[in-house]
Amino acid sequence: MKQFIEIANVTVSYRENIALKNISLNMEEGDFISVIGPNGAGKTTLLTVINGLGKILSGSVKVFGTSLITSNINKIRTKIGYVSQHLNIDPRFPISVREVVKIGRFGKIGLFNHISHKDEEIVDSAMELVGISKLAQRPIGHLSAGEQQKVEIARALAQQPEIMLLDEPTSNLDPKSQTDLIKLIDRIYKEKKLTTVFVTHILSHIPTSCNKVVLMKRGKIIWFGGIKTALNEELLSDLYDCPIEITNKRGRILAQPKWW
Amino acid sequence: MFEILQYKFIQRAILASIFGGASCGIVGVWVIMLRIPFVGVAMSHAAFAGAIFGLLLHINPLMMAILFCLSSALVIGPMADKADFDPNVSIGIVFSMVLGIAFLGMGLIKGPKTEALKFIWGNILTISGKDVILLIIMAFLILLVSIFLFKEIQAVLFNREIASSVGIPQKLIFYFLLFICGLTVTLNLNTIGGLLIFSLIINPPSAAYQLTYNLKVIFGLSAIFGISSCLLGLFFSYIFNVPSGAVIIITSSLIFGLCLIFSPKRKVKKYEST
Ligand SMILES: Nc1ncnc2c1ncn2[C@@H]1O[C@H](COP(=O)(O)OP(=O)(O)OP(=O)(O)O)[C@@H](O)[C@H]1O
Ligand SMILES: [Mg+2]
Repeated sequence: MKQFIEIANVTVSYRENIALKNISLNMEEGDFISVIGPNGAGKTTLLTVINGLGKILSGSVKVFGTSLITSNINKIRTKIGYVSQHLNIDPRFPISVREVVKIGRFGKIGLFNHISHKDEEIVDSAMELVGISKLAQRPIGHLSAGEQQKVEIARALAQQPEIMLLDEPTSNLDPKSQTDLIKLIDRIYKEKKLTTVFVTHILSHIPTSCNKVVLMKRGKIIWFGGIKTALNEELLSDLYDCPIEITNKRGRILAQPKWW
Repeated sequence: MFEILQYKFIQRAILASIFGGASCGIVGVWVIMLRIPFVGVAMSHAAFAGAIFGLLLHINPLMMAILFCLSSALVIGPMADKADFDPNVSIGIVFSMVLGIAFLGMGLIKGPKTEALKFIWGNILTISGKDVILLIIMAFLILLVSIFLFKEIQAVLFNREIASSVGIPQKLIFYFLLFICGLTVTLNLNTIGGLLIFSLIINPPSAAYQLTYNLKVIFGLSAIFGISSCLLGLFFSYIFNVPSGAVIIITSSLIFGLCLIFSPKRKVKKYEST
């Protein structure tokens, strides 16, 4: 298996805050990694390190075997789909849903070139896959938060990425849409063996395809390994600094603080 | 009525209206969509400060105006990214700085300051043939940029973080747009002046925005509104014999007002329960 992501001794700091403390992590092609940890653990920062949006203080990051340097960063980013936790979409911006999804193609197409018929088809099928075809012509600002989140996922899929970075993609969705989306992520992974890093707070949302889990706490990776062993009460209680109880409902893992 | 068209200065004014108006209209869409409306004011005052120092140091004031304006355009973007705040803050910082420089220069100039104030007021009826050619070149440059970089511009205006994450050289595009914006402001200083150009950058795109959700259409309409503001303003200023810059601005505000009133965006669907 090819090494897709190699993070070695990376430290990231936001002025007074050290968000990642000397972290190392390797990901192989075809991995599905879930990242779990309390608020402020550094999960989002970890994702931005992978696509070069976050600035690293020390250490090195290699994606697809090449270091992220200014001259190749844009080329690498075209192959990484990133759905940010904070969408920050200006509701007044005059752009339709379809046009937003199209942006996913722009990096690949390159400067000065026009979007081709094939690109249009990719855009349509991405929208179809996420189930937002009906919204295609609506202005993005007229959508609900959950609908916007789906648009963003379609936009990332339209990139036809080789790595997908999903930062709490289910946070704004209703229960039905949450399950649908998780099933979708699962299906896409199975169809394309799309290497995925998935951040979530809700353990029951971890798709069945997930093979590895990263547990993060206060800027450090405290645990990395197979999903079966990760989800034990002792590890999770340590992760969240409170006693966690794990219940298993028809194969779905539910983890909740004990005093619930 | 039509005999005035044979005057060379009227012909130049009409050409300046068409090409200057279109440039301001298109650049205005960038400015509005980037949510940095005051960038025009900051840049025109940078030009003003430059002109004053040109006069003081006996260097061509227009050259100095262009130099100051373009340097401020190049500073605003990187400063905002470096200091990690909203571009509007760095525009404010540049604005106050050039204002300080301008006042310093004003204090140092002895005698009348009309030569410098020309850049603040401008006069479309006195521009030279060379100015007109520059305006035409500028308009075509902006048109080319808008056509060939449309998708990148759209993505950057929409959301800079998303633009970055799909692999668009977002910073380069953003700084480039600011640079072109500075160039447009400088070249229009002679026509409607630094103070008034602000409204020619703000009003046409704001008016266009009232009418549609389609960015391409907004670009087109804004250019048309920019051109018609200038032409109508020129016409009214001729028949009423009043300053052209002022009338151009008032016309552009009126166009905005009309678009606001007749905007289809405010229609709401009625709910009919049965
Ligand atoms: N822009 C920023 N400026 C300063 N500090 C920041 C910034 N972004 C994050 N941090 C800090 O870095 C640390 C890690 O933040 P990060 O966003 O990676 O956490 P997270 O695990 O994604 O949290 P959450 O579950 O709340 O999304 C936090 O302590 C946070 O305070
Ligand atoms: Mg986060």
